[in-house]
Amino acid sequence: MKPAPFDYVRPRDLQEALALLADENANAKVFAGGQSLGPMLNLRLARPSKLVDIRHIPDLRVVRADSRSWWIGATFTHAEIEDGVADDFSCGLLPFVARGIAYRAVRNRGTVGGSLAHADPAADWLSTMAAVGATIVLRGQAGERRVPAQQFLLGAFTSEVGSAEILTAIELPRLSAMARWGYYKVCRKTGEFAKAIGVTIQDPQIGLFRILAGSTEGRPLMLARSAEILANRGPDRAAREVRDEIDAALSHVEPGRRQQLVVAVRRSLQKISLLEAA
Amino acid sequence: MRDVAFLRSPVAHATIRERKKPAGLEDSVFFNEDMTGVLPITTRSSIPGYKVSDYPAIAADRVRFVGEIVAMCVAANRARAEDICDIVEVQYQELDPIVNCAAGRAPGVAPLHEGWADNLFLRTSFDQNMDEVIAKATVAVELELSTSRQVMHPMEGKGVLAWWDYRAGQLVVHSSTQVPHMIRIGLAECLGIPQAIIRVAAPDVGGGFGYKCMLTPEEVAVAWLAYTKQSAFRWIEDRREHLTAGANARQHEYKLKAYADERGKLLGLEADVAVDCGAYSVWPFSACLEAAQAGGNLPGPYDLQAYRCRTVSVATNKPPFAPYRGVARPGVCFAIELTIDAIAKAVGREAWEVRLENLVVASAMPYTNVTKKFYDSGDYPASLLEVKRMIDFDRIRREPRRDARGRYLGVGFATYTEQSAHGTKVFAQWGLPLVPGFDQAHVKLTPDGALEVKAGIHTIGQGLETTLAQIAHEQTRIPLKDIRVTLGDTANTPFSTGAYASRGMVMSGGAVSVAAEIVAGRIKAIAAHLLQARRDAIRFRDGRIFAGEASVSYEDVGRAWYMRPDQLPDEVDRGGLEATGAYKPQIDTGVFSYASHAAYVAVDSETGLVEILDYVICEDCGTLVNPMIVDGQTIGGAAQGVGTALFEESPYDENGQPLASTLIDYLLPGPTELPRFRITHMETPSPYSVHGIKGVGEGGAIAPSAALVNAINDALTPLNATIRQIPASPERILAAIAAARSALDNAA
Repeated sequence: MKPAPFDYVRPRDLQEALALLADENANAKVFAGGQSLGPMLNLRLARPSKLVDIRHIPDLRVVRADSRSWWIGATFTHAEIEDGVADDFSCGLLPFVARGIAYRAVRNRGTVGGSLAHADPAADWLSTMAAVGATIVLRGQAGERRVPAQQFLLGAFTSEVGSAEILTAIELPRLSAMARWGYYKVCRKTGEFAKAIGVTIQDPQIGLFRILAGSTEGRPLMLARSAEILANRGPDRAAREVRDEIDAALSHVEPGRRQQLVVAVRRSLQKISLLEAA
Repeated sequence: MRDVAFLRSPVAHATIRERKKPAGLEDSVFFNEDMTGVLPITTRSSIPGYKVSDYPAIAADRVRFVGEIVAMCVAANRARAEDICDIVEVQYQELDPIVNCAAGRAPGVAPLHEGWADNLFLRTSFDQNMDEVIAKATVAVELELSTSRQVMHPMEGKGVLAWWDYRAGQLVVHSSTQVPHMIRIGLAECLGIPQAIIRVAAPDVGGGFGYKCMLTPEEVAVAWLAYTKQSAFRWIEDRREHLTAGANARQHEYKLKAYADERGKLLGLEADVAVDCGAYSVWPFSACLEAAQAGGNLPGPYDLQAYRCRTVSVATNKPPFAPYRGVARPGVCFAIELTIDAIAKAVGREAWEVRLENLVVASAMPYTNVTKKFYDSGDYPASLLEVKRMIDFDRIRREPRRDARGRYLGVGFATYTEQSAHGTKVFAQWGLPLVPGFDQAHVKLTPDGALEVKAGIHTIGQGLETTLAQIAHEQTRIPLKDIRVTLGDTANTPFSTGAYASRGMVMSGGAVSVAAEIVAGRIKAIAAHLLQARRDAIRFRDGRIFAGEASVSYEDVGRAWYMRPDQLPDEVDRGGLEATGAYKPQIDTGVFSYASHAAYVAVDSETGLVEILDYVICEDCGTLVNPMIVDGQTIGGAAQGVGTALFEESPYDENGQPLASTLIDYLLPGPTELPRFRITHMETPSPYSVHGIKGVGEGGAIAPSAALVNAINDALTPLNATIRQIPASPERILAAIAAARSALDNAA
């Protein structure tokens, strides 16, 4: 389990990195924390000729916010988000999610952008960003593209990121003090990828009511009907709608899997319910 | 030194049409035909009907599992060696794979090996008194159970480094093995060279669990390279190789029918056991040890008078079955303990009561069971009652069956015996080519009064450096800090078959005791002379040697013998201050440790997830040489047992492809999944071993799947669901609940 030979470069800025990726003959691949790509290299499932290490590019390590939204750079690690090294405008949602990713050793190196770009449907950030209604920011030599997180995944392990593009940042709505969220994942053991993820976010002040079932076979599933009931009639009534909505949308999925998604989403709603009761 | 990487078969079953070495790399790639004169690993057995498989280090013209070695590639480092593997061309003509027991024993299936009449390594049967029991029993329960294929996962995988020692004229093989002396024999047989020119040295092995007590193809291949090239070569197993080609074990299927009276007293047991043995027989333990152990141990700690058991050891297109900690007994414990719970349910009693009804009682010891196992000593019911007390069974039964989160709560028990340190006759009965006899150890007082202990067994993390020193101390009273233990090197330790079968403390401990006793006697003789006292007046005390109030040090004795023999009389013992001792217990049938486990679990019926709320163990391994080490063995084993019960599974698809080739797919329990095991000890010394010691290395791993699944089934009682297959994954638990619900719906 040793990788096939490859070159390694560490560009100083985004321009240099994009130029390296734009060379079609280079068979170059972006490398950040290496927590997914590393094992794939060792298993020889990925065989790039060149790794472009973007960890040291200053532009990708910025957090900024205005009154409505905020940006987080792609190469912040899960641990930095967990520890509050990166400022948080999500009312604690991102640090909570970060804390549940894999193990601390993985979180110390793995990055939020890297996790998204890897495009594993079971990954936490993919569901979280889609649930909160984030936008993924991509840069190529031609300029910037912005993709709603919900549409970011094209399928399992394939995303909107082109071979000459870099995922540079994530733009999120800034949650108000009234925001409530519930995040629940079904895992057999600590650190394992989730079998099912349920996310509920409500922020009446900015009119945000969203419910999501994640760790499906592809894009996470937005539960619009349930979210509407959440907005109008609260979490307990929304919870009653979840099974029907998931069953209808994922009728091709095996019932046991659907069951786990239903449970995860209901438990994320239950969290809101408990918060409201408290 | 150069690194070795193995090109392994990507298909489960095929003939090899053609293999081509990359141009320019002919000297770096080796095929079967290059290994002229090397014999395959062949495990013969004296059991009638046993079929022999030839397991070549590198496949000849046929591969029989994904991961079987097809070529050996050599380079300056492992990455380069893997690059070469990438460009070796192999053409396979695929054959239908046999991927499970049912397929392997189907009528007319083409056997996996040439010259076999059917596809079974072995078929056994045992029958005693069953017909009369069947006629009169009032209760009968039937169960079909299965255990999944597992992989052992010591912290460190396998590794071999071999080189040619020009000065000694010797092939030196550093191997991560539990059994260096056996590996020397095996290598000499395969390579066709004298044992004297092979030295096998085992470094710290980082855990063994049975994977490292057999001769592996990689050992043969790397040793052959070093021998023929007279140079140094190394192979370090990676985790993918470990998962898909190496340490496979545990896969059993059971069909059971138990007969009982209305109180749940077990009257007879009928069992069909199938073992999914993989493609080849491992050396020296064979493909049949598992079935032999399964058939022999299935009656468990119970007083059972009638028993009928048929076993089949089925050849399949999977890696060879290796003897994993507990060998067969985690499977049979799961089987018999679920049977006991099923009987309890059938007669409407608590499972612990039915267990108590059936356990062999202390007054019956020693007890010879229906399969002629000789249970030497102990109080099995006392251990069960102790765990019932520890887990606070009465409180659990008083409280609601669901917790505040709606999870279902349940409690489960399991009791087992652990045959340990079984000896010559037992292994001979199993027909193995290498049968352990007396274990040897060497003890020497150094000129400066320290003690050197050398034993051919090896330490695999079970703390033998400490416990063997304790035994030597017991005999000589030399302070522990002055006792140095050397293990596991054929060049400087006396012969032992090695570390397996929970035999270390009993066998090697016994040998060290014998050798140290001899040396102690000679120390006393020399001290008596130095102190001008009678030999029987000599006492060891406070790290010195006394006659009355006068004393000498151990160094004085050492110096006298080695450096100032002019001080000694002519009639001094010429054996000097070193001795080799040999030991085996008075009985070959082994000494039986035993334990009861109890588990308290919460089952989330919506997710299928299980939380272990409490887990208690009461064990008895005879005299506790070192309680901390016994705890360590028990906890480590129980942790592996939790893996067996809830997590670990290496499934294969219909093409014989392993579906768990990384630790993402093969789940091992981690610290957060494990309970704080609470342990109490009972101490019933064996009347048949020196110091009353019994083995304890495997026991912890035996009972958890039984205790935990019994607890899960107890929890699921209100839902009428039962688990019959391990690991008890969320999917299996949800499926069991769904099946129970639809059965209920159909009934309505």
